[in-house]
Amino acid sequence: MQQPNKLSPFFENLNFERDDNTMVINFGPQHPSAHGQLRLILELDGEQVVKAHPDIGYLHRGIEKMAENMTYNEFLPTTDRLDYIASTSNNYAYALAVEKLLAVEVPRRAQVIRTMLLELNRIISHLFFIATHALDVGAMSVFLYAFREREFAMDLMEDYCGARLTHSAVRIGGVPLDIPSDWLANMEKFCANLEHELEHTYNALLQENRIWKMRLENVGVLSAEDALSWGCTGPMLRGSGIAYDIRKEEPYELYGELDFDIPVSDLNDSYGRYRLYMAEMTQSVRIIRQLMPMYADTKPQLMAHAPQYISAPKEEIMTQNYALMQHFVLVTQGMRPPKGEVYVPTESPKGELGFYIKSEGDPYAYRLKCRAPSFFHTGVLQQLLVGVYIADVVTIIGTTNIVFGEVDR
Amino acid sequence: MAQHQVNYTSSGGLPVALTTVDHLVNWGRSNSLWPLTYGLACCAIEMMAAGGSRYDFDRFGTIFRASPRQSDVMILAGTLSKKHAEFARRLYDQMTEPKWVISMGSCANTGGMFNTYSTVQGVDRIIPVDIYLPGCAPRPETLQYALMMLQKKIRKESANMNKNTKQNLRLM
Repeated sequence: MQQPNKLSPFFENLNFERDDNTMVINFGPQHPSAHGQLRLILELDGEQVVKAHPDIGYLHRGIEKMAENMTYNEFLPTTDRLDYIASTSNNYAYALAVEKLLAVEVPRRAQVIRTMLLELNRIISHLFFIATHALDVGAMSVFLYAFREREFAMDLMEDYCGARLTHSAVRIGGVPLDIPSDWLANMEKFCANLEHELEHTYNALLQENRIWKMRLENVGVLSAEDALSWGCTGPMLRGSGIAYDIRKEEPYELYGELDFDIPVSDLNDSYGRYRLYMAEMTQSVRIIRQLMPMYADTKPQLMAHAPQYISAPKEEIMTQNYALMQHFVLVTQGMRPPKGEVYVPTESPKGELGFYIKSEGDPYAYRLKCRAPSFFHTGVLQQLLVGVYIADVVTIIGTTNIVFGEVDR
Repeated sequence: MAQHQVNYTSSGGLPVALTTVDHLVNWGRSNSLWPLTYGLACCAIEMMAAGGSRYDFDRFGTIFRASPRQSDVMILAGTLSKKHAEFARRLYDQMTEPKWVISMGSCANTGGMFNTYSTVQGVDRIIPVDIYLPGCAPRPETLQYALMMLQKKIRKESANMNKNTKQNLRLM
């Protein structure tokens, strides 16, 4: 029995004092390819991993607890900091859960804008994945190219909501702003540019690159049964040959009306997942292209009409007494959703992201739980890392695309 | 705003033959600040963007190093949790002198929006900070400005680190 102390905490399955030839090494929490604050305790036999123990909690910020002391609108900017690579997908998942609780209907223009922002965020997140994954494996130039395109996407986000990283671009009941005048034209330019770059830069650099294929093929093999039993979602599940995408299974927002494919890979390995990410970006561009003409046919209303929960537009607040009174109550006390509990899944760039909210009819959630995909993908590391060489550990961490904001919350 | 170019006649530089050791050493130190890749949370993404293609940190002589032994400046980018705090201190202690710290973002400065049981309310409770950089998350330009402020600060310091008060600072 080890004596746990502050510098060597107790890990129930691990014995640090060993008689055999294996060696225990510590990976992280400060490691350039640990994707934030992942700490892995690896048991090595030579250069092969015998046992991997992910140690999480280094970015635990108590976000779920904070939600219990914040009104519903106050909490929304905090969701930005969960999966900070694609903030809008978190904002949206949270807003959707609250909207289901309130049973409000979001105006069509807001739906179009939201879906566009979600897909733009998917592109931002996937570009970041390609950049960091390639950087971890050793392809530095892909990082520079992917960040170039990502900056253009972030420019679009910045034009819309003013923020680069922490967007808060979605509100409960709609969106706060209409899109700027030349935004759609810029978006079209961005889409054309991205398609060109995907084909001519990333595919040209990586797809048939011998080193890239040697590093990724048959590394991190996850069978369909294992992916299901570990609770994988998103590209980790689709990379194992299961065509499960919540946008198709339980369509939310406008995804039911849109025509897009779910890329699936049967390769089960990191290379298949990389191909999947590339294909998903193309699909996102396809979705955005379909949404752009939809925007013109919508009425200018941006926030749902539910005076009990959502403030009226600014003009009404300034001109109508009752709207002002309701606005005052909503700002000072916060909205009071009906009693009940709700869970809504959404397809975030990393997998199934959903918020469970239990409401007791107070302005504060009684309990809020975030079902984050990265948490489950961190668990898979215990299985994926066993038997691989230590050089592949970095590849496998990269391919799971975990973000510690949402793992530790 | 930012004085982003070295004024070689006054800040100490190669073309001037007559200079003090202080100027010469500080010129070297301030123009090759190698930060530690120490991404903690959201701000780390902006730190990476600062090192990426548009903002291009390399032109400041700033190259991210993965080892604390090779780095001069620690950019604490993100929320420091109590569980992580001892590692932050250990990494700081592993860096060789002279060393500087940039606290990037509200969380690192003061705990920011996370006033909870698990968050360190400001990294200056753990390690001495030279530059505080506000914002949530700060833009890459802001990080570059912070680095230029640090360069300015280094140029004003004495090259003999024993004279600097920071060296004698005993926090722990």
